[in-house]
Amino acid sequence: MSEQKIDGFELKPGFKGMASDTGSDQTMFKGVHWGKAMMWIFLLSDTFVFSCFLISYMKGRGSTIVDWPNTSEVFSLYVGGVPVPLLLIAIMTFVLITSSGTMALAVKYGYEKNRKMCGWLILATAVGGLTFVGMQVFEWSKLIHEGVRPWGNPFGASQFGSFFFMITGFHGFHVSIGVIFLFIYTYKVFAGHYESKKRGWFTKMKGDYVEIEILGLYWHFVDLVWVFIFAFFYLW
Amino acid sequence: MNETTKKEDQTSTQKIGIYLWIWLLLFVLSFFSYMVDWYQFQGMLRWSLILFFMFLKAGLIMAFFMHLFWERYALVNVLLWPMTAIACFIFLMTAEFKYTLFSRFFYFVVGGA
Repeated sequence: MSEQKIDGFELKPGFKGMASDTGSDQTMFKGVHWGKAMMWIFLLSDTFVFSCFLISYMKGRGSTIVDWPNTSEVFSLYVGGVPVPLLLIAIMTFVLITSSGTMALAVKYGYEKNRKMCGWLILATAVGGLTFVGMQVFEWSKLIHEGVRPWGNPFGASQFGSFFFMITGFHGFHVSIGVIFLFIYTYKVFAGHYESKKRGWFTKMKGDYVEIEILGLYWHFVDLVWVFIFAFFYLW
Repeated sequence: MNETTKKEDQTSTQKIGIYLWIWLLLFVLSFFSYMVDWYQFQGMLRWSLILFFMFLKAGLIMAFFMHLFWERYALVNVLLWPMTAIACFIFLMTAEFKYTLFSRFFYFVVGGA
């Protein structure tokens, strides 16, 4: 959320504002913290990485003459002897959305300087992320136990395993890194680093709640990628 | 708190209601996309529903949770235009996998000319 006013100077909205921002011979992203702009640039490059994975999956799945495994059967769980399709994946999706919601609220309370609320919400986000990774470990071990390997599986086209492990693995890695940082920032918020303007590591930047928004951008991106993986890999 | 800082605080946060609404909508949309699989819709109906719910969810997350709705166009446009490159790549690879599939059928199944 960038400010509409900088040093008492009113910025123009819309495309006119974009033209004057870009042509102003100064900083282009006016009112946007540099850390936030850099996080966005990183997320843009990460978007390309995940797009390449998903496009290679599309290419692999589209060009095989062997039938693709039926994901709603492969990822089903037995509840009381009855197979429920995609049950674990649905729960994982809801857990990740829940953690995304708590993160959005944490950003809001951070900007309102509500330290306790912000800290608890980031902790809740971290716990949600940890639950997600835990369920993914369960899912992986279940599939490995059933004989799914990167070079073959008992359900159908042999490319299935390599795409599954690569795409969900790379996403799970992002979630894990996010969880580590969420725990670190829980500590930083509760310790009051943003009230005392304590500097972070590797940077001269004074502590500010904008860091929570930057962390939030990363976390929402992880959720965003899962939306696409859920649609293309599990549902398609 | 003096008048100017008060004003700044108001511009940098949104009302809590908007976040709760988006949160609820995301739950509902995820539930619907799960129902697509539950009721085993097939063919064009399945694919269009999956894509519809996916883009709606992605749009809501980006616009409101990631605050793009409130950002200046200079940032929004820098982020969204590169997505056309991905669309081009998808288009190219669609042509590619159709050709590979054709060659595999032709040489492995039919047995060549």
